[in-house]
This record gives sequence, structure tokens and C-alpha cells, in this order.
Amino acid sequence: MLLYVVRRLLYAVPIALGVTLVVFSLVHIAPGDPISALLPNEATEEMLQQARKEFGLDRPLPVQYAIWLGHAAVGNLGVSIGSGRPVADEVAAAVVNTVILAVSAGLLSCLLGFVLGMVAGLRRDGLIDHLVNLFTISGVSLPHYWLAILLVIVFSVNLSWLPPLGVGPDTSDGWRPDWAHLRHLILPTLATAAIPMAVIARTMRAGVVDVLDQDFIGTLRAKGLPPRRILWHVVRNALPTTLAVMGLQLGNMLGGSVLVETVFAWPGTGFLLASAIFQRDLPLLQGTMLVLAMFFVFLNLIVDLVQSATDPRIRRS
Amino acid sequence: MNRRLTYRLMAGLVAAAFAAAPAFVPGTALAQGTLRVAMTLADIPLTDGAPDQGTEGVRFAGYTIYDPLISFDLSSAEKAAVLRPALATSWVPDATDKTRWTIKLREGVKFHDGSDFNADAVIFTLERTFNKDFPAYDASFNRQLKSYLPSLKGWKKIDDTTVELTTNAPDSLFPYQLTRLLIVSPAQYEKLGKDWAKFREQPSGTGPWKQVALVPRQRLELDPNKDYWDKNRVPKLDKLILLPVPEVSARTAALLSDRVDWAESPSPDTVERLKEDKITVSTNAIPHMWPYTLSQLPDSPLADIRVRKALNLAIDREGLVEVLSGLAVPSVGNVTPDSPWFGTPSFKVEYNPDEARRLLKEAGYGPDKPLKLKAAISTAGSGQMYPLLMNEFIQENLREVGVELQLEVFEWEALRARRRAGAQGEENKGITMLNNSWNSMDPYAALLRFQTEAEIPPAGTNWGNVKDPQMEELVSQVRNEFDPAKQDALLAQIHTRHVDQANFVWVVHDVGSRALSPKVKGHVHAKSWFVDFSPVYIEN
Repeated sequence: MLLYVVRRLLYAVPIALGVTLVVFSLVHIAPGDPISALLPNEATEEMLQQARKEFGLDRPLPVQYAIWLGHAAVGNLGVSIGSGRPVADEVAAAVVNTVILAVSAGLLSCLLGFVLGMVAGLRRDGLIDHLVNLFTISGVSLPHYWLAILLVIVFSVNLSWLPPLGVGPDTSDGWRPDWAHLRHLILPTLATAAIPMAVIARTMRAGVVDVLDQDFIGTLRAKGLPPRRILWHVVRNALPTTLAVMGLQLGNMLGGSVLVETVFAWPGTGFLLASAIFQRDLPLLQGTMLVLAMFFVFLNLIVDLVQSATDPRIRRS
Repeated sequence: MNRRLTYRLMAGLVAAAFAAAPAFVPGTALAQGTLRVAMTLADIPLTDGAPDQGTEGVRFAGYTIYDPLISFDLSSAEKAAVLRPALATSWVPDATDKTRWTIKLREGVKFHDGSDFNADAVIFTLERTFNKDFPAYDASFNRQLKSYLPSLKGWKKIDDTTVELTTNAPDSLFPYQLTRLLIVSPAQYEKLGKDWAKFREQPSGTGPWKQVALVPRQRLELDPNKDYWDKNRVPKLDKLILLPVPEVSARTAALLSDRVDWAESPSPDTVERLKEDKITVSTNAIPHMWPYTLSQLPDSPLADIRVRKALNLAIDREGLVEVLSGLAVPSVGNVTPDSPWFGTPSFKVEYNPDEARRLLKEAGYGPDKPLKLKAAISTAGSGQMYPLLMNEFIQENLREVGVELQLEVFEWEALRARRRAGAQGEENKGITMLNNSWNSMDPYAALLRFQTEAEIPPAGTNWGNVKDPQMEELVSQVRNEFDPAKQDALLAQIHTRHVDQANFVWVVHDVGSRALSPKVKGHVHAKSWFVDFSPVYIEN
């Protein structure tokens, strides 16, 4: 096991290096000039050159990459071209907001997806199954930014129940676990949770249907086990696949949603990425992408290690 | 088997939903006198006196916290926003050497930190911006301001209330450049340990608003400066809160749900809905133009003035304004006809497709030889309004007179790169026109920068390579004319020639639209990119 862990950790190093190379290249291949975006319209080419020099953007790309990589390795992601604030601070603040949203949407989608999937599976081909199917197909099919806008129109504009944007009231300095802030979390949570909820529900339903068709359920019934006990067996057998899907969905949500966060002006990593793209803020863009990508590398590592701990076949392969 | 369990699960979910329902109550109302503004920006502009993010940055984080030496008069919705004294009470060029300007400073003005405004503060602001050897110099200020003060060469303190500024060459338009130089407090910089990052969190200017909180990407909170030197402009509000909301539908929703009181740039298709809620969509012709800049290189079909005029006559501007729900005004020149710089052009920019067809025929184009043009346009961008919709409308207009306009769509920053390369740039081969909007706040921005060979990119913004000796002469004259009335007359001559030469295809001017809750009172929509929040108040 230890050997496997060490080997897997070593694999992560070239993957991480590859990620940095892809992130850096993508950002530099994209059209548009960060300096042109930063300087006023009236700036001359000479002023642009001067600014490029100040930011080290006049050096050859491999040199820029090496410098950036060196700094990133010690946790220095540079300074935002636009705001002048350290990229690490900007990303850290955004990650907190995205995690809040991801955890809340994750809980909702897992709970609701699990219950709906199970109910639909148990009532296969019944009215409830059809209704849940309709609901989950809509869930996976609706673009979540569209759903977000719809939620705002219904619950903020028409009903005036919930605020349409921001993490808290006007004078809030950040998210707090109180009702004034929770109100702001509800609509983004619903919009973010819709797709994962539907995916989880459909996976759970398929799992339940699959298990119900197996011989041992008939045996359990023949033994005269009460329905509640049979249900327990069904859930236990359908759960592993659903759990894996839940993990994947949670990972996706932790990456932040550019669209949902933009619609709700929710200052998470998606919102940060969008504004970095529009401002061509290369250090901010690189830093945010790198942190998110490393996050996925790390998550994958954890998943692999957990899987290998539970399934010896993976270790041997 | 377990139908009962199924229903129990469903019932549980429904009950949970109902249990939470009583909590869905509208938020409590804010204290009277707080104005919440949804900006189009994605981040709070820099609050250190050299705001980034263009005119919107200056509008919200510039003229609120700071004052320039010379400012724009934003008190009227009818009259043009002309220059007026701010921290400078007078600015006079030397009688013999027109490159030397004596600036008299206002006395008795204090910064938000309580220190005195004086000549030292002006010199400090200039040094931190332009002198690389000055200890407080920061390249960020230089980047944001250098292009706005191209004529400035030197500065000198004469006494506590007088400074002398010198220019590279005589430049009668220099006072306009001083509108962007916002004066910061040297005392506050010292107090904060000479750290500009800390200064951005606790800035100190002399403006009508004091910064009390800044949460990056979330909120800028300003309190009124009750001791403001201009007693007519002491803010009436208790608080001003600025929120970055880049998504247009989110701004509209925020206004409709009473989350903000003021939303910048509502989308045209929401205007009717906003009006249903008694929301005012305030507009006024602002110094902005949305034209096509035309390549006049020898191999361009637009080198022929008949073709340039034909394009101008083919566009149904009124129809376009209707499509935009009135959020634009038709443009018949770089400035509106009520501007003192408009002049008396003999070429009338109007919708006359028959005349357009005739001119095109005269130039050798017709059904057997259609005129093919390619325009570089953007998907969005500062001042670009609704570029895709508008360009497609114009494409149809041109098709009706036999012009095939191909649209090459760029992301905004990519388009700006095309603009900086000029029509002659290798990457712009085949592109005959550029759809880039421009501000026209001062004579240089409105007119001069498009006329001379010295302004051909990369040096400047004469994208189309206009080469016109008569224009060169007029531009040189206006730079040396220090009498305001005569200066206006010369500018009118320049504009007259610019229109008569049909150097642009004019389409519309933006109207600086903003949607205001019925609670917002006292707002004056000046003919400017800027706004004075001082007279605004909230009536509950």
C-alpha cells in the first residue's frame, strides 16, 4: 500500500507540471493583450511597450513560464494586473465563497437526488416515477444560467422573497452563517444544484431498479422480511455507484460555475475567472486556473487512494 | 410493497419545504438616504486617485472621492458639460510663452484626513505619477494617466497657492487634460506608512465622498463629506454604495426587486418592463459616438468619397434607435448639432437610399459589380453598446443599396488590438472599416485625433489613414488659439470638413442610460460620461 501511495504521489508531479504548462499556454494563446486592456484607450504603442516591460511580458514565453513556475512553486502567484492585489489573496477569498456555494448545493443535490432517485426506482413505471423522470430530465437539460435567471425573475422580481445578487446585505463584508446571508445563498444554491441533483437521482434510480431485479430481493421477500428491511438492502447495494457520482458532481461544483456566479454576482472563483478573462488579467487568470486545476489533481489523488484502500485490485494493477 | 414508505418520504420533503416557507420574507428596508448603485464593472475601480476601467472608473471611484484641478460642470441636463474651476480657481497661459501655465489653487480646502490642500499636494500628485525617481512613484498611476496628459512637460511650485505647469508645445486644449488629474493627500500617504496598497483601502482626497469600506469585487461604500468646500455640492444622501454587477439581467433584476436603486446601462428589451414598475430610464446624449472608421488607404474602395457618402446615406438611424427602445440618438457627426464644434457641414447625414444607390452607381458599383466591404466589429465592450444587433441591422440597410458588408467579429480586446494596428496593419488586410466607439469629451478626443498623419497608428487613433493638408493646418491653428470663442470657431471648421469629407460612417450617440427607482430624486442627467451624486437623495 505504501509503495502504491508513493508511486501515486510521484505520478501527481508530472501531472501538476503538465497542468501548469497547459494553463500558461492557454492563457497566452488566447487573443487580446492584457496591457491593452489595462491601459486607457488613448494610450500609445510606446506606453504599451513600457507597461509590457514593467510586467515582464516583453520576455520570451519560455522565460516568462519559468519565472512564473518558480514563483508559483513557493506559493507566489504574482499580482493582479488590474487591481494590484496579490493573486493568492484574490483566489483565496473567491475559493471560500465558491466552497460555501458548493457545499450548500452539494448537500441539496445529494439529499434530493438520493431521495427522488430511490422513490422513482421503488415506484418504477408508476406516476411518481414518470414525474421524477420528467423532473430529472428537465434538470439535466435546462441550461443552469437560464434556470438562474428564471429563479431570479420568479423569486426576486415577481415574489420579492429572496435577494437576486451578492453574498449578503449591503453592508456585509463577507458571508456569515445567519439568516440575512442565508437568504442570499438560496437561489444560487438551487441553480447550482439542479444538474447534479438530476444526475444523482437518475443514477440512484438506475441502481435501485437494477438491485430490485436481482434474485436476492425475491429471496428476501420470500423470507418474509418487512419492506423497511428490504429497502435497507436495496439502498446499500445501489449506493456505491451513486456515491461515486456524488463525489464527481461535488468536485465539479467546487470548481465554481462561471455562469451561475455571474448571474448572481456571487464573488467566487467562477466570477473571478470571468472578470479576469474580460480584463485580460493574465496573472489572475493563470493563478485562478492553476489553483482550480491543482485542486482537481489533488481530488483525483484522494479518490485514487481511497479507492485503492477499499479495492485491492486497483493497488495490484 | 413500500408504497406507504414512498409517500412518507415525499410528505417529509413537502413538510420540510413548508417549514422553511415562513422565513421567505422581504428584506428590511434600508435607512433613508442610502443609494445603492449597480455598476456594469466586474470589480471596484482603483481608489487611489488613478482609477482604472475607463470613464466608469472615474465616474464612481474618481470624481466621488477626489477633485481634479479643473472639472466638468455636471449641473445641467440641457447645457453641454463645460469646464469649470475645481481645485484650481484660474489657469492662465503666459502672455509671451504659451507653454507656461499659471494655476491658482483654491484656498481653505482640506483633505478627508484633515490635512490642507495646497501646492505641495499638487506637486506630490504629479511627482508620484510622472517622476520615476520620486520615492512615492508608482507605475500604476503613470499607466492610467500618462495618455490623458500628453502635453504636460514640467511642474513647479510658485507659492502655497500657485503652481506653474509647462507643456511640450503651445496647447490651448491643455486645460481639458487636467480634468483627469485627481489630487491625493500626501499626509495620508505618509500616515499609512507610504504604502499605496493601504492607501487604496483608506484613500484621502478632497472630493464630496469619503470611502468608508471597500470589499474587492463586492462593494465600495462612501459616506458624504459634510465639510466639502463647494457648499452647493455637499451630498444629500447618508450613504452611497457601489456594487459591481457585470451581468445586465442581474442589474435589471436587482433593480426590480429593490436590491439596488440605480442600475447602469439597462438592456433595451427590458425598458418596457422597467417602466411598468414606474422605474425611470434616464437618458441624455453624452459625448460618445458609435461610428465606423473608414480605411482611406489607396487600395480601399472607401478612398472614394462617393462611396463614403453613399454608406452614410444608406443607414436608417431612426429605425435603429427604435430597435434599441430609444436607448440611442441618431448621429450626424462626431458631436451633436447643438455643440459649438458642430459647424455647418454641407453634406447632410440622413437616410436617403436612392441617393446612396446613385452615388454607388456613379462610383462604378451596381448589380453586376456589387461593392464588397468587411467590417471589424466586437461582441461587446466599453461604449460598444449592442454591437451584434446594431451591425446586423446596418448590414441589412447596406444590402438594400447593393453593398455586401461582411462582419468579422472579434472579442473586445482583440478588436482593440486591431484598432491599435491601424488599417495599414498586416493583420487588418482586407478590413475596410472598423466599428469602434469613441468618447468625444474634449476637442482632441472628439476631433483632432482622427485628422493628422502624426496620429496614424501605432502613434495614435487615425485608423483610416486620413491624410488631409487642409486639416493639418486647421489642427495646428486650433492648438495655438487660446481665445475660447475663436477656438470653438476653428473646431467647427474642422468638424465641418470632417463631415463633408465623410471620413466616418456616423450611426448613433449613446445616451448613458441608467434605470432609476422611483425613490431616487434630484438626479441630473448631464451631457457627460460623468455624474454628480451630490444632489441625489432617496424619498421613501
